[in-house]
Amino acid sequence: MKVLYFAWLKGKTGIGEEEVTPPAEVADVAALVAWLKTRSPGHAAALDDLRAVRVAVNQDHVGLDAPVAAGDEVAFFPPVTGG
Amino acid sequence: MIRVQREDFDPGAELAAFAPGNARVGGICLFLGLVRDFVGDQPGGTAVRGMTLEHYPGMTERQLEAIEAEARRRWPLDEVLVIHRYGALAPAERIVLVATASAHREAAFQSCHFLIDWLKTKAPFWKLEHTAAGDSWVEARDSDQALAERWGAGDA
Repeated sequence: MKVLYFAWLKGKTGIGEEEVTPPAEVADVAALVAWLKTRSPGHAAALDDLRAVRVAVNQDHVGLDAPVAAGDEVAFFPPVTGG
Repeated sequence: MIRVQREDFDPGAELAAFAPGNARVGGICLFLGLVRDFVGDQPGGTAVRGMTLEHYPGMTERQLEAIEAEARRRWPLDEVLVIHRYGALAPAERIVLVATASAHREAAFQSCHFLIDWLKTKAPFWKLEHTAAGDSWVEARDSDQALAERWGAGDA
């Protein structure tokens, strides 16, 4: 599974992209977040307040209850500010 | 058509090349977004020296294409063009162009407005502003969310 971080989340994790293999019981975004937060203090800080974080799975906006599986591309980022 | 690029673009040249010779088109609406030189809502606020636009390559194009498809479902459009830049931008530089062409002006106006409103809340771009006090990520505005929501929900 590929995990991406953008904007200030990338600043906190210190990486923009990583390949991870979460345990089999990680089946949705919420469980993935809980597992990612154990990887480093930076990950924990980036994903601490999920009200400030948006998620995409395979480049579509999703909620925390969206399923995730091996091979997915999961991205975490702040609310967008383009235009 | 969607274009995501680092380079500047020429609005006059884009407009001239937009739906040329298409006699079904009765009206074209074009929105051009620029980099402001102040933080927040009030001119005279903290000066912005420039900004860097980060984006999510792949998802950006995918989301913009979905938003274009939604606009085409809602209005009878002959042509749609969205150009959005990323990378380092100075004050007064162009960021985004949205153009729509239709038989009648109302569809052109409304769809252009819809496209920029939805783009601002759905396309994965993030602005990092550079000021004398340092760099800070621009926070999303509730007012932008409200402007997007007045168009209702869609498939995009």
